[in-house]
Amino acid sequence: MGKTRTTSAEGRERQRLPARRFRTTSPAALRADSVDGGSLLAPLLGLTDRAFSDCPDLADGAMEKMSRVTTALGGSVLTGRTMHCHLDAPANAISVCRDAAQVVVAGRSIFKIYAIEEEQFVEKLNLRVGRKPSLNLSCADVVWHQMDENLLATAATNGVVVTWNLGRPSRNKQDQLFTEHKRTVNKVCFHPTEAHVLLSGSQDGFMKCFDLRRKDSVSTFSGEATEAGPWEWAMAGWVPVLPVLSCHILRLHHSFAHGPTQDAESTANGSRESWGCPLYPLGLCSGPQAGQSESVRDVQFSIRDYFTFASTFENGNVQLWDIRRPDRCERMFTAHNGPVFCCDWHPEDRGWLATGGRDKMVKVWDVTTHRAKEMHCVQTIASVARVKWRPECRHHLATCSMMVDHNIYVWDVRRPFVPAAMFEEHRDVTTGIAWRHPHDPSFLLSGSKDSSLCQHLFRDASQPVERANPEGLCYGLFGDLAFAAKESLVAAESGRKPYAGDRRHPIFFKRKLDPAEPFAGLASSALSVFETEPGGGGMRWFVDTAERYALAGRPLAELCDHNAKVARELGRNQVAQTWTMLRIIYCSPGLVPTANLNHSVGKGGSCGLPLMNSFNLKDMAPGLGSETRLDRSKGDARSDTVLLDSSATLITNEDNEETEGSDVPADYLLGDVEGEEDELYLLDPEHAHPEDPECVLPQEAFPLRHEIVDTPPGPEHLQDKADSPHVSGSEADVASLAPVDSSFSLLSVSHALYDSRLPPDFFGVLVRDMLHFYAEQGDVQMAVSVLIVLGERVRKDIDEQTQEHWYTSYIDLLQRFRLWNVSNEVVKLSTSRAVSCLNQASTTLHVNCSHCKRPMSSRGWVCDRCHRCASMCAVCHHVVKGLFVWCQGCSHGGHLQHIMKWLEGSSHCPAGCGHLCEYS
Amino acid sequence: MPSKTDGSFFSSFIAVVQANTVDERTNFLVEEYSTSGRLDNITQVMSLHTQYLESFLRSQFYMLRMDGPLPLPYRHYIAIMAAARHQCSYLINMHVDEFLKTGGIAEWLNGLEYVPQRLKNLNEINKLLAHRPWLITKEHIQKLVKTGENNWSLPELVHAVVLLAHYHALASFVFGSGINPERDPEISNGFRLISVNNFCVCDLANDNNIENASLSGSNFGIVDSLSELEALMERMKRLQEEREDEEASQEEMSTRFEKEKKESLFVVSGDTFHSFPHSDFEDDMIITSDVSRYIEDPSFGYEDFARRGEEHLPTFRAQDYTWENHGFSLVNRLYSDIGHLLDEKFRMVYNLTYNTMATHEDVDTTMLRRALFNYVHCMFGIRYDDYDYGEVNQLLERSLKVYIKTVTCYPERTTKRMYDSYWRQFKHSEKVHVNLLLMEARMQAELLYALRAITRHLT
Repeated sequence: MGKTRTTSAEGRERQRLPARRFRTTSPAALRADSVDGGSLLAPLLGLTDRAFSDCPDLADGAMEKMSRVTTALGGSVLTGRTMHCHLDAPANAISVCRDAAQVVVAGRSIFKIYAIEEEQFVEKLNLRVGRKPSLNLSCADVVWHQMDENLLATAATNGVVVTWNLGRPSRNKQDQLFTEHKRTVNKVCFHPTEAHVLLSGSQDGFMKCFDLRRKDSVSTFSGEATEAGPWEWAMAGWVPVLPVLSCHILRLHHSFAHGPTQDAESTANGSRESWGCPLYPLGLCSGPQAGQSESVRDVQFSIRDYFTFASTFENGNVQLWDIRRPDRCERMFTAHNGPVFCCDWHPEDRGWLATGGRDKMVKVWDVTTHRAKEMHCVQTIASVARVKWRPECRHHLATCSMMVDHNIYVWDVRRPFVPAAMFEEHRDVTTGIAWRHPHDPSFLLSGSKDSSLCQHLFRDASQPVERANPEGLCYGLFGDLAFAAKESLVAAESGRKPYAGDRRHPIFFKRKLDPAEPFAGLASSALSVFETEPGGGGMRWFVDTAERYALAGRPLAELCDHNAKVARELGRNQVAQTWTMLRIIYCSPGLVPTANLNHSVGKGGSCGLPLMNSFNLKDMAPGLGSETRLDRSKGDARSDTVLLDSSATLITNEDNEETEGSDVPADYLLGDVEGEEDELYLLDPEHAHPEDPECVLPQEAFPLRHEIVDTPPGPEHLQDKADSPHVSGSEADVASLAPVDSSFSLLSVSHALYDSRLPPDFFGVLVRDMLHFYAEQGDVQMAVSVLIVLGERVRKDIDEQTQEHWYTSYIDLLQRFRLWNVSNEVVKLSTSRAVSCLNQASTTLHVNCSHCKRPMSSRGWVCDRCHRCASMCAVCHHVVKGLFVWCQGCSHGGHLQHIMKWLEGSSHCPAGCGHLCEYS
Repeated sequence: MPSKTDGSFFSSFIAVVQANTVDERTNFLVEEYSTSGRLDNITQVMSLHTQYLESFLRSQFYMLRMDGPLPLPYRHYIAIMAAARHQCSYLINMHVDEFLKTGGIAEWLNGLEYVPQRLKNLNEINKLLAHRPWLITKEHIQKLVKTGENNWSLPELVHAVVLLAHYHALASFVFGSGINPERDPEISNGFRLISVNNFCVCDLANDNNIENASLSGSNFGIVDSLSELEALMERMKRLQEEREDEEASQEEMSTRFEKEKKESLFVVSGDTFHSFPHSDFEDDMIITSDVSRYIEDPSFGYEDFARRGEEHLPTFRAQDYTWENHGFSLVNRLYSDIGHLLDEKFRMVYNLTYNTMATHEDVDTTMLRRALFNYVHCMFGIRYDDYDYGEVNQLLERSLKVYIKTVTCYPERTTKRMYDSYWRQFKHSEKVHVNLLLMEARMQAELLYALRAITRHLT
């Protein structure tokens, strides 16, 4: 990483070296290979840079051409714009000619060459010729030789490797056909500097190296081959390609074409028979185990190491091979979980290999070290189909995905979370990407399943970094607030100390920036942390409330009272008041008998009449509104209309009834009503009118009497609706719970009367508004608690999604505060299906055997391995199959019941270990 | 000709693997028993291939009981719907129980009219997937996920599709292996337990009791089948050698695929008349009345892909949408982890081999397995560019083709005679192996079509 970047000129120089040496030292061999092609020779000469040093003018021509290309790069004359053209069929792969002016597109039913012009792509050649398209033309991959402009190779889905010679005079440019693979060939790759060496990797698990001057593969590599020792690797693999070694290279070049015993001359004679005994016998690795070896997904020759190539496999492995040693790979490591779809050698940094896999990751490996070292890892959002290093940018690489995601991303590997650039032109998955020129970082070509070919300009790319929100905000568990923002913003404001990282987690503060990076400016942000003052309130009330609230298991009235009490004790008066109101609204029928028994059985008769008169709501409402307005026109505007309305109505009742003799301070109720809004009279008529028909007066009068006499409370139609499981079970208790303090009985009396006019349904809307109010205020706890306590009574008024939303937020909060029990109770009590299934997931409890410490996989009480029962009850000495309780001090235990019983009588451990156990 | 004693039938695979198999197998069964509280006959039969059984159970457990987008009763109901397409009362009964146990609403069991519209909407895709998966288009998917009251979210849909495919395929296995209903005392919920095929599961599971009707029938049969086996091995060997030198032209290859496809047309249709006694059909009818409440359009069945050629449905090119590259990513994205489990299962079944063929050891059966797998896909219109379908013709005899076609396309019509009539020399465990291959191939084919449609919907 620390190395300086090699300049492009040097890089090119080094890259071209072997080839050039080859040309100058071995004219004979070259002439020899042209024998194969015969008629091809002539057209080839003018077009390629295959220099023949004994033909000075040709060589000059080639050299001249080369220098033109070189200057073209140096001066970056490549021009163009972001553009695309429509293809006739989906593309599977693309490859660029070395002159950067042509691109080949291949797919199942397309194989064309396009010229890249300033403004557009121009179709130059259709290589799919013939009457009946053969499967040999159904290309999975295509590659253009980087040394020879006329040479292409394709991999066909039926397992055939085809080479194409554009110099052929006929319409059909097909050159050679290798049908050695039994399954689809996934990848073909030319040697970066050798003209005749082609490598293929196939689904059948084999890689084959072809010498284009002969008809068969030269060597076969099996994905199953074993790994060579590290020593051999060091000796054989990484022979640096230096000018001094050029002779050596030449010889080896021949050796892997013809075996070591052959020399250039015998090749020239075309004596094919003599190839029968190559150094490594063919088929060494083929044979019966075919099909069991892992499929090869990608093969790539190293750019910097002459003999090395990398192959990636369906099982997640990457292998490095020495081309001279087909018997076993030099090194193998597991790179990904699942298939590795692609790999790419870094063009400049020797030994850097980028791999991309189905596990949605791109990893950069340094393979020069003893063990392949993972240096960077980029997490993308979909499986990675192709990866290509960006020229001239040491840390940049481009990726595209196999599925779902259609964009092309350019990543800075040091910044693995936000892509440096993004190209969004394609409408279907991108299947092939290629940088237009090996030394120009700004042009990217891509082919896609949406049947289009694109040229992307880096300057037109969208940069997600720009759109990313550089500000971040997060609450800690203890109420701390961390805040990250652009440095410039924060610096402007004084008075905030930047977080120096202290007692809590030392969060990174500022990234060290590499000034060489183009996005350096965007990356800087400052982090501030605001700590809550110790003991400064915080969320203590939340925890307390959550722990102490009762949500079920008792009659509604008690629940409300209890919760009101809890709230009051925590100083949350408004909440307490709300609970009280709810109790009044919903519970009075149950308490009516109590009230009347206590106070005024006789009064019941007399209270009928005034009620009849007073409870004409239509008449009442305006009066009530104006009255309250007059009396208490200013307030703290705290309470909402629900409170106001219900309590106001209540007050009216009281006023009418004049229930003296109660010790409830009237102003206690009134006190909370302070803070009226004008809404009051807006709201009342609105709701009163539609509800009106429901308050049929005559019907209500009689049941009231019955209620007084009979314990079964309430008119039937009300009761049905108000029936929630935990309340209905407890109706019987109501009578026995009669001795409540007198304030409640008072409320009940007044409420009972009023209730006979207004069924709880009437308040549904108000209660709903109240819940919304609390939830919006951020007190979702209240909303959920009320929802649970009231159950069916209000559920129908609130739409399912809102309920679910409340539940999930409350549960989330509870879990943040580690209130697991409460959260579980809430989950259990919720009626929303999505919520209640939360605690049905992941219910497995894994148990280890107490003797052999191994997991007990089959049954929870008998260990398969040591055949002992793991959990014996210390009291009854039987196996515990259900609830097992054990002492954390001495680790003895047993049936819950037994232990409880035991510890009632004794404080010592039942096992006799002498430990003083405690059961709490 | 060596005499066929029981001992000699304890041949290679059993003898070799037995030492650890028995142990492994019992362990496995005990484990399974303790987690699910029962040992169904499927598990017993599959336990002939413990390696596979493990990944099978793991994936089935995951899709039925672990975290997933669908509520538990839904999952079982979908399983019922899927099994009902093939009138597989065995699976239906099993899941009716499970459905009720997981808190399903009993009323739903009265039939499709009683279930929520949302589930009912799944019916169409269930039907297509079971019989003609190639007809599934992105429009079907769109209809299901289109926002509305009864829409399916994509994760839910994928979960459902996986379940459907799994149970269609499992129905194939159940019929193909002639799995009998368990003799459960509780014949509750009004389902009659009808044994569809009358070969006993114990025969299969034990495999040593191979006193097979067709085998013991006549000496002639044995000689015949032996020579059949030899011939098959001979053909395999020849194919392996030939492959190197003889290369068929591309046209030839594609004609071979077409031919295989076409031939699969006649494979059953010609055979049904002869091999089906009337009683079998009647049996089917009885069941139909019982299970048809879970399906609509019961007459919709498999129709040969080849015959559809008139409408010119394009062949599914396997290389353009493979499980490894595409299917996996999609499925795993929408229903996490199931991809890995299915992937493992597919790999397992594809690579499972004991290198035996009947009495022969050290045989590379890759070819045979691939032929079976690809033949199933061929019937569903999936073509592999890199496969020479001529091999199918050479390796799979007619009676086997009949069996394959029946099991994968009309599993409910499988009879013992079909099961017996192919590969008479082979052990039961090997035939179960064949069934596993058929089942997984079918499941993969269905999944590929469904997932491709979902992918198209997404793009």
